[in-house]
Amino acid sequence: MSASKNLTPELFQPAMIADSAKNQLARERVGFWKDAWRRYCSNKGALIGLIIIIAIGLLAFIAPAVSSYDYQTQNVKIQNKESFYGDHIFGTDKFGRDLWTRTWYGAKISLLIAFLAAFLDLVIGVTFGGISGYFGGRVDMILQRIIEILYSIPNLIVVILLMLIFEPGIVPIAVAMAVAGWVPMARVVRAQMLKLKSQEFVLAARTLGASHGRILTKHMIPNVMGPIIIAVTFAIPTAIFFEAFLSFIGLGIRPPEASLGVLLSEGADVFQLFPYQLFWPAVVISLIMLSFNLIGDGLRDALDPRMRK
Amino acid sequence: MLRYTLKRLGYMVVTLWVIITATFVMMKMLPGDPLKSEKVPPEVRAQILKQYGLDQPLPVQYVKYLGNVVQGDLGKSLSFDGRSVTDMILEGFGPSAFIGIQGLLFGTVIGLILGSVSALKRGSLIDNASTFFAVLGVSIPNFVMAALLSYYVGVVWGILPPGLWESYEYSILPSLALSFPVIAQISRYTRTEMVEVLDQDYMKTAKAKGLERSAIIIRHALRNALIPAVTILGPLAINIITGSLVVEQIFAIPGMGELFVTSVINNDYTLIMGVTIFYSVLIVGVIFLVDLLYGVIDPRIRLSGAKE
Amino acid sequence: MAKVLEVRDLHVSFKTYNGEVQAVRGVSFDVNKGETVAVVGESGCGKSVTSQTIMRLLPSPPSMIKSGEIMFDGKDLTKLDEKQLEKIRGAEIAMIFQDPMTSLNPTMTVGGQITEGLMKHQKMSKEEAKKKAIEMLRLVGIPSPESRISQYPHQFSGGMRQRAMIAIALSCAPKLLIADEPTTALDVTIQAQIIDLMKELQEKVGTSIILITHDLGVVADIADRVVVMYAGKVVESGSLDEVFYQPKHPYTWGLLASMPRLDQSSDQDLQPIPGSPPNLLNPPKGCPFAARCKYAMKICTQEMPETSDVSSTHRVACWLQHPMAPKVEPPAMAVGGE
Repeated sequence: MSASKNLTPELFQPAMIADSAKNQLARERVGFWKDAWRRYCSNKGALIGLIIIIAIGLLAFIAPAVSSYDYQTQNVKIQNKESFYGDHIFGTDKFGRDLWTRTWYGAKISLLIAFLAAFLDLVIGVTFGGISGYFGGRVDMILQRIIEILYSIPNLIVVILLMLIFEPGIVPIAVAMAVAGWVPMARVVRAQMLKLKSQEFVLAARTLGASHGRILTKHMIPNVMGPIIIAVTFAIPTAIFFEAFLSFIGLGIRPPEASLGVLLSEGADVFQLFPYQLFWPAVVISLIMLSFNLIGDGLRDALDPRMRK
Repeated sequence: MLRYTLKRLGYMVVTLWVIITATFVMMKMLPGDPLKSEKVPPEVRAQILKQYGLDQPLPVQYVKYLGNVVQGDLGKSLSFDGRSVTDMILEGFGPSAFIGIQGLLFGTVIGLILGSVSALKRGSLIDNASTFFAVLGVSIPNFVMAALLSYYVGVVWGILPPGLWESYEYSILPSLALSFPVIAQISRYTRTEMVEVLDQDYMKTAKAKGLERSAIIIRHALRNALIPAVTILGPLAINIITGSLVVEQIFAIPGMGELFVTSVINNDYTLIMGVTIFYSVLIVGVIFLVDLLYGVIDPRIRLSGAKE
Repeated sequence: MAKVLEVRDLHVSFKTYNGEVQAVRGVSFDVNKGETVAVVGESGCGKSVTSQTIMRLLPSPPSMIKSGEIMFDGKDLTKLDEKQLEKIRGAEIAMIFQDPMTSLNPTMTVGGQITEGLMKHQKMSKEEAKKKAIEMLRLVGIPSPESRISQYPHQFSGGMRQRAMIAIALSCAPKLLIADEPTTALDVTIQAQIIDLMKELQEKVGTSIILITHDLGVVADIADRVVVMYAGKVVESGSLDEVFYQPKHPYTWGLLASMPRLDQSSDQDLQPIPGSPPNLLNPPKGCPFAARCKYAMKICTQEMPETSDVSSTHRVACWLQHPMAPKVEPPAMAVGGE
């Protein structure tokens, strides 16, 4: 051995290796929601999406109220004025209505429809999926066959048929969309219920003497809530799109009421002459959909416990 | 495989029956009536009702309608001088199908290339660009995209015609507009699947055999990544059919979309029913085909006859 | 004896977000013609990384060969480019992986997966390759290979899949076969069959084998020589008898004591090695095993022991071999119950 010149017998005495390093938990314990929030914030896109949605939400509810114009008053003297004409930031439309006010008012209507539709989705989906998953067995089998058939009926057809009968308005549109769109939500809820019912960690917690309350809050809710919240988040941009689509083909909100769909439809009629009338509502709807998609992606990464490192 | 096909076929028939029945019931509940204006004298109205068979009891009407639909007869239009709804639909279907299929083709090819390249060059500029594009693609409604394309490419730059339906060039912009969400979804999906496949053990086996990288990717990675990507073709085709309803409006294309919107405005309910049923057949048929295609390309399903 | 493979002072690291993980830190060993060398050690000791580095299968980045050489057939494998490596992989060096369930492409027929290597390396036509593939399947003991060849992996059982993997690996008669835990994912009865098959084929084909495993039972069954790895280093190497019956390193003692034996009385408990291997992000500067070693001395935590020769074939890296160290007898459990 070449390095032996520096060696002393003292070095060959038994060493006391401390046991302290063994079995140490490296990870600091963090609550589920706090941890999820931290992971959500580390996703730049998701954070930007959230900020944009808050900004758009505030504008939609405040801008029409504090504007010196309202969304339906016509003024023949200032028809089709370009953006930034006087105090008309977005310009005016063919009836001389202020587009700034109309756009934010329309955004408010669209958001209301979307949130209502997503909420109804949630209610129907959780009820149906919950019953199916909770009872299981024959009830589950029958409900699943029904879902399978409903699932292959195109949403578009259902919404269009319902809108032919309903009077157009915020609630009927939201109801039509919920009737057409609850099936995926029910599937998510059922899958979660079935999965959790038999999971070892729930049994283990029960065996260890955890109370029902504790099992519910510590074990069930974090695992069921994640996928449901994500499904709701993705249901909102879909509803926004469907509202715009329906108004565009004349089955949604009817003018002179405003929604993003109505504005896009009116803008599309004249976009070759006055592109700004299409541009502003298009930017707003795209930003809303973009933000919800980013938020959904962020939530999926933050709430999916399997991704937890 | 046969059992699988028959099962799918069964679902398809039940689904279509539910849709036809629902459509029929809803049409009968419709508040508007094209013949209820003051100008039509009662005796003329009675005669027209008789001519369309609308004076008979509902169950009789229903059975008759169902029988006709099965034979491909969707009745006569109420607003277009009693023209056959089936003929009108077949006329409008040509342009719609052309831009739709072309859009799906554009979208699938571009999406696959973008998605695969992103997966192979993870974290590169092209990966980031296509990820960004994918988020934009699902966020901008395709009719907004259609209007933007028509205005900029058609009107401002004058590269392609901004609307109407005369020759092949007229189909490019509408197809592109329809393809945007498809590109976005396919590239996103392909990327995810490809990244997953590239991490699989059998990729290592293939490399250990000494195959060239191109052979590994084409023979081993692509096929396995494409199988799951096929499942989203169904929803995407539906997306295109939905989108074409409005995109055709923007480009003034005489297709199904226009037919449908006019039928809604005119309260022409035989036409509405006809178009609705036709769309349902189309969509349900597409889903059926995609399911079959999935079975054909995945040996695990082809041979065992069941998914999962 | 002719050397097929010489690994010299190999260092391999991985770049991660937390820093550089030094997975292999100066590994050296040889493989002679026709012999089986077993590389043993716990999970994460660097044995798989070593084997995959020989094949150059690890993507770079994140992996990188920091230094060392791998001499095969007069060529240094660490210096070759992809094109040259493709000619060696599958043809000269072949590999079998741990999990036959995931190592075969699920959407390609088993035959197709055997023939593609033959067509590439031996320039066979499709028909020739198919004939050869049937022959290979028969050789590895798959009944009615003519019909099996057009089946997909999911139609094969686990053991049959591993047989098919062996058929793929041996189809081009490679000089060296690397088997990375080939039996770990299989049932015990199947394990024995696969090992017997490998032994039998080795005699027929004359291939050298590197067997990566943590199963000492398998090692005793098939290996000529044993390389014991710990924390990215070779701690002991020698012939099967030397390592099994005259082990010198306390880690080898621990491994042997934790293995069940037939000659062991039933009231003797197996003795696990307490603790876990060190983090290779910041490997200790002394002997990596010191923290778990009953016989650790002060020097062990301060300086890495150098490798010393016990015999011409038996080498060990432990301070206990130093003349100044106290004489320590290995525990009875480790050297068998003679």
